[in-house]
Amino acid sequence: MRLNQLSLRTAGVIDHIEALSTHDAIAQRLGELGFVPGEPVKVIAFGPLGGDPMAVEIGFTRFALRRSEAHRIVLRDNTAATAPSCAAQPHEQADPAAPSPATSTADSSSRQAPVAGPPA
Amino acid sequence: MTDLPPLRVALVGNPNCGKTAIFNQLTGSRQKVANYAGVTVERKAGRLVTPAGRRVQVLDLPGTYSLAATSPDEAVTRDVCRGVYKGEPAPDLLVSVVAATNLRLHLRFMLELRQLGRPMIVVLNMIDAISKQGLTIDIPRLQAELGVPVVTAVGIKRGGGQNILAALDAPPPPPPTPLPEGTDLHAEVRRLLALCVARTSERKQLFEDKLDRWVLHPVWGMLILFVLLFIMFQAVFSWAQPFMDMLDNGMKSLGDHVGALLPDGVLRSLVVDGIIAGAGTVIVFLPQILILFLWILALEESGYLPRAAFMLDKLMASAGLSGRSFIPLLSSFACAVPGIMSTRTIQNPRDRMVTIMIAPLMTCSARLPVYALLIGAFIPARHIAGLFNLQGLVLFGLYAAGILSALVVARVLKRRATTDEHPLLLELPNYRLPGLQSLSIELWQRARIFLSRVGTIIVTLSVLMWALSSFPAPPAGATGPAIDYSLAGRIGHLMLPFFQFIGFNWQICVALIPGLAAREVAVSALATVYSVGASEADAASQLAPLLSAQWSLATAFSLLAWYVYAPQCFSTLAVIRRETGSWRLVWISTAYLFGMAYAASFLAYHITRLISG
Repeated sequence: MRLNQLSLRTAGVIDHIEALSTHDAIAQRLGELGFVPGEPVKVIAFGPLGGDPMAVEIGFTRFALRRSEAHRIVLRDNTAATAPSCAAQPHEQADPAAPSPATSTADSSSRQAPVAGPPA
Repeated sequence: MTDLPPLRVALVGNPNCGKTAIFNQLTGSRQKVANYAGVTVERKAGRLVTPAGRRVQVLDLPGTYSLAATSPDEAVTRDVCRGVYKGEPAPDLLVSVVAATNLRLHLRFMLELRQLGRPMIVVLNMIDAISKQGLTIDIPRLQAELGVPVVTAVGIKRGGGQNILAALDAPPPPPPTPLPEGTDLHAEVRRLLALCVARTSERKQLFEDKLDRWVLHPVWGMLILFVLLFIMFQAVFSWAQPFMDMLDNGMKSLGDHVGALLPDGVLRSLVVDGIIAGAGTVIVFLPQILILFLWILALEESGYLPRAAFMLDKLMASAGLSGRSFIPLLSSFACAVPGIMSTRTIQNPRDRMVTIMIAPLMTCSARLPVYALLIGAFIPARHIAGLFNLQGLVLFGLYAAGILSALVVARVLKRRATTDEHPLLLELPNYRLPGLQSLSIELWQRARIFLSRVGTIIVTLSVLMWALSSFPAPPAGATGPAIDYSLAGRIGHLMLPFFQFIGFNWQICVALIPGLAAREVAVSALATVYSVGASEADAASQLAPLLSAQWSLATAFSLLAWYVYAPQCFSTLAVIRRETGSWRLVWISTAYLFGMAYAASFLAYHITRLISG
């Protein structure tokens, strides 16, 4: 599943970014904008004409992406397309880079998780 | 201490992290600050003296997400940081500005900078806002982990840069040791966040969440966008009216007084017909221009503009452009010169070129006096459906005509373009309530720019116009109005054969020429020509009734249509030359705008004549 297939106000976790060519500047820039494996993302709006572009929330930032750009972002399989909007995946456990397992409290939505992890 | 060479520091950071606010704070400058990515597109230098007496040169660099630059403005930052910018040694100290509200994104770029191994300090800007997010940052811990000094700042608050000044007085920090090559910087950011950031209160639903549901909504969002733009144009007419009447009366009584004081003759004609009638007619439009800017500035500061770009991206895409072109085009409503400069944030070179070419079609504020004069003279101040001011509606239509033409031109220019991707990747910043203080400072600056234009270019051209329309005096025994014998009269009559097909009279023809230097001058030139030609001396500030008596509606519409496309002012052409480095583009854009202006005027003139009989 890819980010451009995610439905409105649904959260997903990034698996990897797929570069379309060896020098895909857009794929590289996506990484620099924080679209990296393990990060939770959420679709907050679709554009008025043909649902393009889409507004995506990642961490505390929101970005407008065209669907062709979002297509490069591959989500993890356990991201169910029908997942209710606020039930975020407890992604930290699955993420080897995360320093400590987050205690997923009921309210821990996807956006705060990476910042709000308890101090080690 | 003062005999030390000045310390050279560079402010570097992500777009919209508040570098320019800090720059202004530190140096007392008033560079433009707004709430969207890409306000600063070139390096700006300023100076300051620290409390301990150390001289510091500060560079404000365009924001970038990474040192792997993808657009011209980002390349400037990359080159300065790496010390390869032409004529600019590497800065002694990098000041990495990080928005405390967006650490996850901004710390990554800070780490990338740290990898350069140059002396640096980290500034946590907007530190006042993080408590609202329910977070605390362990700053000593962060400093220890990074191995570079970390200070806090509030760029938009007076005195919010004190910690930075103190850090500049401290002995320069040793360069940090870069992390091993190939370290995953994102993973390092996560490690730092887990170590140094703690949540102290439950996360509240962000204001952005609630507002964006409406603002980015496919239906409501479009409605909001149109209402905002619509009110803007209505306001230009309705709110400004009382102030304009005041100025208008002031100018008229000034003309009367001065006219009565001076003896009849050349001097009186120069002052009354040349300066007061000319420059005075333009000054009257100050309230309208300020209201237009008030809207633009408030929208810029609120963080709404990138969202408008989001809503309109598909429309821009249909013309072959990306939403990225939206902000440069919107700035062009103020003036095409900064608009064209801000195209440096556009990555795709062809997109950038097309945006530069169509930027002059956005109605700049200098055209507002021309529109306002003609609309005021020819369109009745009626209300339609008890709500819409007809004059505002016409103004809205003129702006819309410019925008639609721009989309068509872009489409044509991109016709043969390859189907390469036009990246959008636009950050939607947090909303911010526009500050009264910064709004009034910016408005005051706008007023100053406008008044100094009136005081310099416009007065000069008005006097020139006056001289051209007064000399040479008619030969003895000449019949007909004196002005027909003047230089202006002759030039106008010379141009007439070409322009009469679009309904212009010779007075308009003459006024077009100084309008190339500054578009408002078309108004003052008309005022001067008519004032010199008028028999009574009090023609000053009475241009509108005079025009509505002498021109046909078709002529008025024709001139309005002309100014939608209006052959550009010289400063626009100069900036196109500078930004593209190509004379060819300058000629192409001059020619196509001239052609479109002529065609549109021709249509407007003949269609109006057909309809009005």
